[in-house]
Amino acid sequence: MARAHSPRRLWLTTIAAWTVALIIFFPVLWMILTSFKTEASAVAMPPEFLGADWTLENYVEVWGRSDYPRFFWNSVVIAVGSTLLGLLIAIPAAWSMAFVPGKRTKDLLMWMLSTKMMPAVAVMVPIYLLFLQFGLLDTRIGLVLVLMLMNLPIIIWMLYTYFKEIPGEILEAARMDGASLWNEIVYVLTPMAIPGIASTMLLNIILAWNEAFWTITLTTTKAAPLSAFIASFSAPQGLFYAKLSAASAMAIMPILILGWFSQKQLVRGLTFGAVK
Amino acid sequence: MGKIQLRQVRKSFGDVHVIPGLDLDIEDGEFVVFVGPSGCGKSTLLRLIAGLEDTTSGVIEIDGKDATHLPPAKRGLAMVFQSYALYPHMTVRKNIAFPLKMAGMDQAEQDKRVERAAKVLNLSSYLDRRPGQLSGGQRQRVAIGRAIVREPAAFLFDEPLSNLDAALRVGMRQEISELHQSLKTTMVYVTHDQVEAMTMADKIVVLNAGNIEQVGSPLTLYHNPKNIFVAGFIGSPKMNLIEGAEAAKHNAHTIGIRPEHITVGDGPWEGVVGLSEHLGSDSFIKVDVPGLGIINVRGAGELNVHHGDRIRLAPAGKIHRFDDKGLAL
Repeated sequence: MARAHSPRRLWLTTIAAWTVALIIFFPVLWMILTSFKTEASAVAMPPEFLGADWTLENYVEVWGRSDYPRFFWNSVVIAVGSTLLGLLIAIPAAWSMAFVPGKRTKDLLMWMLSTKMMPAVAVMVPIYLLFLQFGLLDTRIGLVLVLMLMNLPIIIWMLYTYFKEIPGEILEAARMDGASLWNEIVYVLTPMAIPGIASTMLLNIILAWNEAFWTITLTTTKAAPLSAFIASFSAPQGLFYAKLSAASAMAIMPILILGWFSQKQLVRGLTFGAVK
Repeated sequence: MGKIQLRQVRKSFGDVHVIPGLDLDIEDGEFVVFVGPSGCGKSTLLRLIAGLEDTTSGVIEIDGKDATHLPPAKRGLAMVFQSYALYPHMTVRKNIAFPLKMAGMDQAEQDKRVERAAKVLNLSSYLDRRPGQLSGGQRQRVAIGRAIVREPAAFLFDEPLSNLDAALRVGMRQEISELHQSLKTTMVYVTHDQVEAMTMADKIVVLNAGNIEQVGSPLTLYHNPKNIFVAGFIGSPKMNLIEGAEAAKHNAHTIGIRPEHITVGDGPWEGVVGLSEHLGSDSFIKVDVPGLGIINVRGAGELNVHHGDRIRLAPAGKIHRFDDKGLAL
């Protein structure tokens, strides 16, 4: 039965929703505002809001001082590359877990998830040494690999959940129709799971785009993505909040736009299977 | 060709022996129906033939060749599933053409075969629709279309009509029977509905707990059931099974009398009418006869009896006799 919505209740929930949204969005909003202030105005106490000196100078300086397009391109390659590589591995893995589960499949899934509970810093030294050994430091391929590995459990988990929703009889029908395992995955499973695969892809691009620990640790200049670009504005001489904010705004803008346009897909993906 | 032979086929899931060891011959061109109660192993048996399940032991031969370990696609069989199992993202045309595409057939031949199947199944005007835009009956026809384009050695049907409503079921039943007559291809059909089994089959295989209870033509099973299980399973309403003194009069442990072989009017048994169903063409009544229990009676046309009436009944047809092990005498 649908619950009756009184006008008062509607007002209250609307106000509550806007308040929560504002609280969540406030740091981003403040960052964007700060990016248009002068350095003096940015650190003024009490914080200046309407009376601040507004300027575009920070953007001009940040753009002039660094090679933004290169950082941006590195971010694109690393985020998209690690996600695509992850999908390539995760689709067959999730297929086998969903459709031909073994006795230990559930344990395996739990174990994979548990690796996400481990702090990244715990494996920093071995990974750094491995990278050093294989000449992967400050390379895009190195970052693609490490971010793919970090996000693989999430990709597999998400795909596993989507695949579980696909009736096994359809795959059996494909097998009866003469499809090899490869054809079954390419012609039947993947197209049916496209909404799920798309939202998994989006989420992982966002995760990889925003990843800062490994990107900052394992890069210096050549392969540094936008997260390292932001970090480069926290100089030892002190923090230049306005410039840092401008750099941050420039770094998050592409992914914010992507997220905005794909929000329907993302929400559908994240709640998929939650409600029958 | 579509001769299928099962030799001591067994299937176990862990400690559960679903099919404890079974032999069966399905001749080329036959319409064979596996029938039995839920969980009797009929679907598992079909899946073993299809290759969707591995046998625990035993041999499955298709056209004289050992197919026990062949993958489903290599057995030359086509299957129609209970849920239709259509590919939702493909049009009807692509659904039907899928097995041909997988076989690497050239496009012109694919189109020709799809058009021909669509014509046979009255699907020509739906070829560019997706399964979601079709009714249940149309979806089932697409599933059948996908099976016939391959020109398989045999068709396997896994309860294909159980998701359809009653009226559509009767129509599709006839369509499948007609299809069998025109294609003359072996068909193996699983159902729990004995009316489907009786009306469609050349040969019925009655299964119970993974064992074959009896194999025979529908009328053989109806007239000469080998045991109480088959006697009770085939025929609707169920055969009346009577034990005790009444059975002893016929030198049997149990006697069985079909509801249509009992007349109302005069007779040795007297009882009170419980439920009475009047369908116009037939009347079904349940009569509580002291000493015998509830007796099902089926009368042609209108039987003028109603709930609470006291009536007399007489057996008027074949009396089936069974020994204490339930086997026919």
